[in-house]
Amino acid sequence: MTSSAVTVQGVSKRFRIYHERNQSLKAAVMRGRRSSFEEFWALRDIDLEIPRGGSFALVGDNGSGKSTLLKCMAKILFPDEGRIEARGRVAALLEVGSGFHPELSGRDNVFLNASILGMKKAEIERKFDEIVDFSGVEQFIDQPVKNYSSGMYVRLGFAVAINVDPEILLVDEVLAVGDAAFQDKCAEKFATFKREGRTVVVVSHSIPSLRTMVDQAAWIEKGRLHEVGSASGVLERYLDSTHGGQIARVAGREHLGTGEVRVTKVDVVGANGDGVPICAGDGVTVRLHLTATEPIARPVVGLAIEASDGTYLCATNTRDAGSGLAALDGDVVLECTIPSLPLHPGNYAIVASVTDETTTQLIDQVRDISRFSVDSGGVVWSGGYLAMPSHWSESGPVPAAPRRGAA
Amino acid sequence: MSVFSELRDSRELVVNLTRREVKGKYKRTALGQLWSLANPIASMLVYTVVFSVIIKVPHEPGDPSRLNVFALWLMCALLPWSFFTNVVTGGMGALVGNENLIKKVYFPRAALVVASTFSALFTWSIEMLVLAAVLLVVGASILPWLPLVIVFMAVLALFALGVSLLLSIANVYFRDTQHFVAILFQIWFYMTPILYPISLVAERSDKMSPMIGPFTLLDIYRLNPMAAFAEVFRNLMYDNRMPATGAMVACVASAVVASVLGNAVFVRHSKRLAEAL
Repeated sequence: MTSSAVTVQGVSKRFRIYHERNQSLKAAVMRGRRSSFEEFWALRDIDLEIPRGGSFALVGDNGSGKSTLLKCMAKILFPDEGRIEARGRVAALLEVGSGFHPELSGRDNVFLNASILGMKKAEIERKFDEIVDFSGVEQFIDQPVKNYSSGMYVRLGFAVAINVDPEILLVDEVLAVGDAAFQDKCAEKFATFKREGRTVVVVSHSIPSLRTMVDQAAWIEKGRLHEVGSASGVLERYLDSTHGGQIARVAGREHLGTGEVRVTKVDVVGANGDGVPICAGDGVTVRLHLTATEPIARPVVGLAIEASDGTYLCATNTRDAGSGLAALDGDVVLECTIPSLPLHPGNYAIVASVTDETTTQLIDQVRDISRFSVDSGGVVWSGGYLAMPSHWSESGPVPAAPRRGAA
Repeated sequence: MSVFSELRDSRELVVNLTRREVKGKYKRTALGQLWSLANPIASMLVYTVVFSVIIKVPHEPGDPSRLNVFALWLMCALLPWSFFTNVVTGGMGALVGNENLIKKVYFPRAALVVASTFSALFTWSIEMLVLAAVLLVVGASILPWLPLVIVFMAVLALFALGVSLLLSIANVYFRDTQHFVAILFQIWFYMTPILYPISLVAERSDKMSPMIGPFTLLDIYRLNPMAAFAEVFRNLMYDNRMPATGAMVACVASAVVASVLGNAVFVRHSKRLAEAL
């Protein structure tokens, strides 16, 4: 008994790009030979172990082969080399509602679609109410699905698929369906999936939504496995790579950009001095230590604050703050003073960057170069990232007339 | 690995897909399922007027049933034939028409072709039931032969499924197949003793010398499996007698060959369907 849910071993997948495909007998006869094509390896020697009971992301650029890999796992495509072993029932959410027959009622389609996904009749009957409930189309369940709105259509399809109760769920970019309430339902369902020890494999371009969802990730580039590991690292590096520029490791940190200037160190110092906790609303000084290996004229130095879950909160730079730099050379320390830190208690990370005058050319960027935490300072805060200083007062007597639905 | 063992595990899928085809076909029509009878009745009327009233094709009265109704004699062979063509035409469209499903979901692909066969079988069963009832009313003693009729319906379904599996794959790679088969069916129809008795072919064959080696025209004519099926169904339903052993063996043998071949081709190619479509 291994702990991995899916084992991918040396998988390669080849597609044929037909110059002139013999899709008619005439063409086949006239040419008198097999059609001419070029081979294209969509996947090359992929080895992966997807652990049981976690969530796993496949990331990569368009055409990198991540969806092909997912389809191979779903047995829709078959690898030309290597093998894929999935331990447990697999359900793939590649496109929801693809098996619906427009003339049949929602009820009939639930049964049809569920049996396409491999469920038995008794099982479907048992889950029917749950499926309908999840989809939120109770009222229209006996109507032909062609009369459904596209949202209802997708929701019903999704509800069926997610209630198949697979041990392994493969999802391809379908998280973006439905309204916000439905998306919350889906996120909740995924969380339940994880808790129940099921495995979720996701292909997505939305790195922020992946960040909160997955534990591990594999980065696929041009059909080859580039990197696999814990999600935070892989996703960050993938994200960085999409911003272009070279990655360099300096003193254990990953630096992006051309590298004439490097940010070597960042200190966050509270109003009460170093070592004293920072409280919400305090003044803060951020000290950036820079080393320029060659003189740079009119650079723009900036910093951004990210929440611990990776949400980009706010940023400032020398140009926008109206204190442009004439030049940088040698070792320089820049101070950025924030008169009142508008952050709620929590942990935050600093992203430091140096760009050229136009801010289009990245000279240096370091993520997570420094961390700081904000204390409550004895005040109760109402949540969220940002502190919103406010005062409450009564503006006058409440009108006597009864008001309904007033907040 | 075969199509059939794969389908045992997904019986419900086949049932549901069949239901989808049957239900979806006549949805939103006033007559509904009755439409499935309209087609055979229309062809019966047309063929009877042309080939019995105008051309006067000779057909022997039923032996031993003594029936002498051209329309019924015709239908005993025409219904199996149209079932066969419906299965093959439907099967060829099953993969191409469900491209979307094949590309997005994994399930045994053969289920689509089998479901299309079953939905045609369902329609055919109703037609045969009506035909049997009419035969009973006009005095044929069909009841003792019904079990054999059902057996041969199953044999024909197997034959049709085999051909359908084969051609459904062919149609994915060469979309010409469906148009080619449509023409083939026209020729095949007239080469099968449906509108005329096989005795006419036998007469002609007797007047000629053997065509290829020792084989006469009739021998070659009988290579057509559908000729054997037409004979068997006509013997059982119209004549009410045991068909010739040779014809029955030919039916079973062709069904076995077609299903084995169809299965082999389908299994070999079904894995690549998502790419080929």
